[in-house]
Amino acid sequence: MKRLLSGNEAVARGTFEAGVKLASAYPGTPSTEILETIAEEYPSIYAEWSPNEKVAFEVGIGASLGGARTLVTMKHVGLNVAADPLMTFAYTGVGQGGFIVISADDPEMHSSQNEQDNRLFAKFAQIPFLEPSDSQEAKDFMLKGYEISEKFDTPVMLRLTTRISHSKGIVEESDPMEPRAVGFKRDMEKFVMIPSNAKKRHVVLTERLKKLAEYSETTELNTVEENGSEIGIITGGISYQYAKDNLPDADYFKIGFGFPLPLKKISKFIESHKRVIIVEELEPYYEEIIRAAGMKVEGKKYFSRLGELSPYKVGLGLKEAGLIDEIKGAEIEAGPLFPRPPVLCPGCPHRGAFMALKKVGVAVTGDIGCYTLAMLPPLQTLDSCICMGASIGTAIGMEKVGGYDKGVVAVIGDSTFLHSGITGLLDAVYNKSNITVMILDNRVTAMTGGQQHPATGYTLMGEKTRAVDFTELCKALGVESVRVVDAYDLKAMIDVIKEEMARPGPSVILTNRPCVLMPKRIMDRPYVVDPELCNGCTACFRIGCPAIMPSKEMTKRNKPKAVIDPVLCTGCSLCAQVCKPEAIVLAEEPVSVK
Amino acid sequence: MNEVINVLIVGVGGQGVLLASEVLSEMAMKAGLDVKKSEVHGMSQRGGVVSSHVKFGPKVYSPIIPYGQADILISFEQAEALRAVDWIKKDGLIATSRTRLVPPITAGGKFKYPDDPVADLKKKVKNVIAIDADKIALELGNPRLVNILLLGVVSSRLDFEISVWEEAIRARVKAKFVDLNLKAFARGRELAKESAGAAV
Ligand code: SF4
Ligand code: SF4
Ligand code: SF4
Repeated sequence: MKRLLSGNEAVARGTFEAGVKLASAYPGTPSTEILETIAEEYPSIYAEWSPNEKVAFEVGIGASLGGARTLVTMKHVGLNVAADPLMTFAYTGVGQGGFIVISADDPEMHSSQNEQDNRLFAKFAQIPFLEPSDSQEAKDFMLKGYEISEKFDTPVMLRLTTRISHSKGIVEESDPMEPRAVGFKRDMEKFVMIPSNAKKRHVVLTERLKKLAEYSETTELNTVEENGSEIGIITGGISYQYAKDNLPDADYFKIGFGFPLPLKKISKFIESHKRVIIVEELEPYYEEIIRAAGMKVEGKKYFSRLGELSPYKVGLGLKEAGLIDEIKGAEIEAGPLFPRPPVLCPGCPHRGAFMALKKVGVAVTGDIGCYTLAMLPPLQTLDSCICMGASIGTAIGMEKVGGYDKGVVAVIGDSTFLHSGITGLLDAVYNKSNITVMILDNRVTAMTGGQQHPATGYTLMGEKTRAVDFTELCKALGVESVRVVDAYDLKAMIDVIKEEMARPGPSVILTNRPCVLMPKRIMDRPYVVDPELCNGCTACFRIGCPAIMPSKEMTKRNKPKAVIDPVLCTGCSLCAQVCKPEAIVLAEEPVSVK
Repeated sequence: MNEVINVLIVGVGGQGVLLASEVLSEMAMKAGLDVKKSEVHGMSQRGGVVSSHVKFGPKVYSPIIPYGQADILISFEQAEALRAVDWIKKDGLIATSRTRLVPPITAGGKFKYPDDPVADLKKKVKNVIAIDADKIALELGNPRLVNILLLGVVSSRLDFEISVWEEAIRARVKAKFVDLNLKAFARGRELAKESAGAAV
């Protein structure tokens, strides 16, 4: 059957067709939908959200040792968290079940803090990676990946990028294999990496690489497309499509199996063409290896190392290289326009927390989550954001050196706290830090679209489970003062933050309002602005709720009055709390929507 | 159809850009064409700009429209059509809602929301259909119908059987909303006919 599938959905389908028995992950854009699709469409596969990527990877290792085909998925920065088990798993090799780890990279940083190119990670760990260039290949390469993993006894990386993960294309589906586990075969020399064993395994790894290099020369994952052109293009992944858009009739060396590279085959390709250009996104990964092997190619001098490529950008590069005469661009000019930055949803509970923090005027070390948006106007209340779980450690360091006289508050989400914040808090207690940690508990992993985690009370597969109690957990870590406040009660928030900051030793403030992602009304009625009372002071605009807009109606001083979109407003009341003339009131009628 | 048709759909987070592009792609696949579509769903918040690229034809390579080469621009907010206008070909078609979503950022006076974005559009592009999609959607009973209404408008300029469109809507819209969406789609087609003389 043919279906229109995103790259992520296609990977999920490939997992199903390959007879995978276990899939584990921590959600992260752009990889999240792989496991969501598995849980929804292929219940024969056990799927779980693990607390973080390292745990997900280790669960995957166990499943592979147990003899089952296994999938572990994460975004590119997630692999940094899982790097520790990855590096050594490359030594041991897999159990009797093949193992694929997905790295979903995010060139252009659509929703990430960096744009690392994880092809380099595969080379670093010395494991093969496959790189599909559309949804059909995303599915097919999964099946291939398991064969390679089992044949060569190695973990395999499947590298996606945002444009593959989140683009849709037509996929031809095939019949699935039965998921199975053939069981564990004890082998201490292979799986117990004490130095004496690891030394031997390092030799095995090097031998394996030689075989993989031979395989790379012959596999149909690396294909040559001959069109009788003097110009050759070496490319892979989404870059292949961009190049094809521009030069459909050039000769192509399309790389699907990217480590180790098929250098002999590439050399032949280069020799038989007058000129060869490499088109690749981000790092000059192919280029450096091919040049180091002494071959003459051109590449990055025509294409940026920054951000995503596109048909247009590749066209510009090819034009600069003299391979195309004219590249079509904009025919119509767009004038300057106001910006429309992303903002916290109407009624988002984080808004109250940041309004309070802004008022108190402390240094705020941030973390990864929707609340990272608090650094954008109008809230602009976030002083650092490095990686998952970093806010607490950063706050400890800043406080220890007296970096900010008004004190430091670390903010962290519930899911992020469980991911890697717990150890930071443990450090704060053990090393006697005077910081306040705010756990912005909105009961879900919100930024990636609302996934379960150990404090929500449900598993990915929909089973009810034991939920973490944050108050008990923090107390058990040794925090003496743990307080819960209502994120919609501005005054209470401000008071509690001040009190907890005045207290010596680490303290924790928990907010308790759920994410409004599935627009749930907090009040059955929206708030409305009484235009008679509104004086255009802009206080409500400055909280950045998308439901509040400047209206066409002006005050006497020619300032726009406020107006609230009744469909968007969730009734959280925060705007009413900052409106001095009390012009914002609860509407008399609820909004009705069919 | 020999050429690839490029459709760019833009709007503000929460307006249903993704659903519209799903329906359009599904329709093209059901009509037997190659299809690719692409968008970035990053953070789930509302209020930021959202865009989706849909390409269909006998063979589609990349899922992204080359800059300046969209044949059709569908916009659910009038100023957003203006923001994306450089993506469209000179003789392309713009179908936009007159929806006016003014971000709070324009309240300080540093930025300005244009007085009449549709008029500005018409100065730049010949083929503009602008409808009061918001108002009509509310009349139909749900403000979230703006997207399907505009798809209805655009369908009248594309050469596909209505039944294929309807099949695609059935496949992509939640069951309990199908009837309402089919109604909105039909209404969109009527509106396109009414404006046929004027705009195109
Ligand atoms: S998704 Fe939830 S947490 Fe994120 S901005 Fe919206 S309401 Fe806030
Ligand atoms: S805070 Fe009140 S008075 Fe000030 S602009 Fe908003 S509605 Fe008007
Ligand atoms: S009550 Fe005010 S701040 Fe809350 S969602 Fe409605 S308009 Fe936005």
